[in-house]
Amino acid sequence: MSLRERRLAELRQQVPELSPAEARALQAGGACLIDVREPDEIAQGSPEGALRLGRGYLELRIEEQVPDQQRPLLVLCGGGTRSLFAAEDLKRLGYQDVRSVAGGFSRWKEQGLPFEVPKLLDADARQRYSRHLLMPEVGEQGQRKLLDGRVLLVGAGGLGSPAALYLAAAGVGTLGILDHDVVDRSNLQRQVLHNEERVGQSKVASARRTLSALNSTVRVVEHEEYLSSANVERIFAGYQVIVDGSDNFATRYLVNDACVRHRLPNVHGAVYRFEGQTTVFWPGRAQEPGPCYRCLYPEPPPPELAPSCAEAGVLGVLPGVIGLLQAVETLKILLDLGEPLVGRLLCYDALAARFTELRIPRNPACAYCGDEAVFPGYVDYERLCASATA
Amino acid sequence: MATVTVRIPAPLRSFTGGAGELEAVGATVGEVLSALGARHDGLTERVLAADGSPRSFVNLFLGQQDVRALAGLETPVREGDVLSIVPAVAGGRP
Repeated sequence: MSLRERRLAELRQQVPELSPAEARALQAGGACLIDVREPDEIAQGSPEGALRLGRGYLELRIEEQVPDQQRPLLVLCGGGTRSLFAAEDLKRLGYQDVRSVAGGFSRWKEQGLPFEVPKLLDADARQRYSRHLLMPEVGEQGQRKLLDGRVLLVGAGGLGSPAALYLAAAGVGTLGILDHDVVDRSNLQRQVLHNEERVGQSKVASARRTLSALNSTVRVVEHEEYLSSANVERIFAGYQVIVDGSDNFATRYLVNDACVRHRLPNVHGAVYRFEGQTTVFWPGRAQEPGPCYRCLYPEPPPPELAPSCAEAGVLGVLPGVIGLLQAVETLKILLDLGEPLVGRLLCYDALAARFTELRIPRNPACAYCGDEAVFPGYVDYERLCASATA
Repeated sequence: MATVTVRIPAPLRSFTGGAGELEAVGATVGEVLSALGARHDGLTERVLAADGSPRSFVNLFLGQQDVRALAGLETPVREGDVLSIVPAVAGGRP
């Protein structure tokens, strides 16, 4: 008897084995099926719903994935041998009920049990997103969600610039950029997507070049137009999250109304001089729906009461702070992670160096998102100060 | 009567000589605003409509709470409360 055979015989005495069909039934009852094969094997297919943890890091990562030592673990490999070794390690680690799937994935397939071909990250992506992959809250599954993510940035200006840069860096797969404007020298004080060479060029084209240079795997969709009631539905179609970094009330109300209508999260940011505010308007959220922009401000101010254009101005870095908070909220939504900034307005006062959180209630009588609301239609509010630049 | 700190947002500081925080005395949110308006011409008109109700594009928060979810302008205030005036801000272009 070879060393290998003797050891396997020992392991079979310690580790109970079960058939793939039995494993499938236990999995349906809450047991954790762990596929311990190598990534190139898993790329060819792996049991549906299996936890894929290569043997190399198995003992180091299992606890994050399965904190409950009582939960039955069903270990599967290619033919049922490696899983015996892995199962013994897991027992030694402290898991009470560990079994090995006899015949492994070969027999699983032979018996016609369901499997899937998981979308895996290639070597470049593994390297690029390694700091995401290290965190169990993101991991490979989360990174896949980001790569499949579709986010529209309304405005490639002070707020949209930092948000777009970090969303592209994080690997959000599709980034739409909506802006009608061209780059002006006065933009460069804060709109870090653009640069001196691009003064006079289209902002969306400039944004695409910058973002593609940072992460060429991101698909940047250019929407070089004014948002209006006529095009808002067409432009928003297919996006999961809208990041509002616009600079005028006409656009903000269109963004809000379309987001309410299509149940999209509206990641809102606004800045003025040394102050900024951000929140997530999301009445369409499945659990705990939040308010919309109109719950907070039912109508825009009339022109005579709006702050005058001459008074406006902003500390260059301030939209950086707020735009990045918007990027954080966007990633949380895509990853379904943490507590989104729904129903809370986060206000930042740079001079006082103070964040204040205000509670913003949903208005059950809101004309757009209220309990009895029937969509009243889009409104094209008058654009004021059209010559000023955000 | 209570002394309340009122936070003035940047767009309205032209009415307060640039001040971002002021103290005012009153028993309710409405009284505090009136007291402030008596000292700073034009401020009340930006916050309250002609009928005396808060304007639809300005919100008032007592502490963290929107006063509409409390008793509106009738909401009683306590010594040391912070009343924040939060108008709609569009960005570079109003």
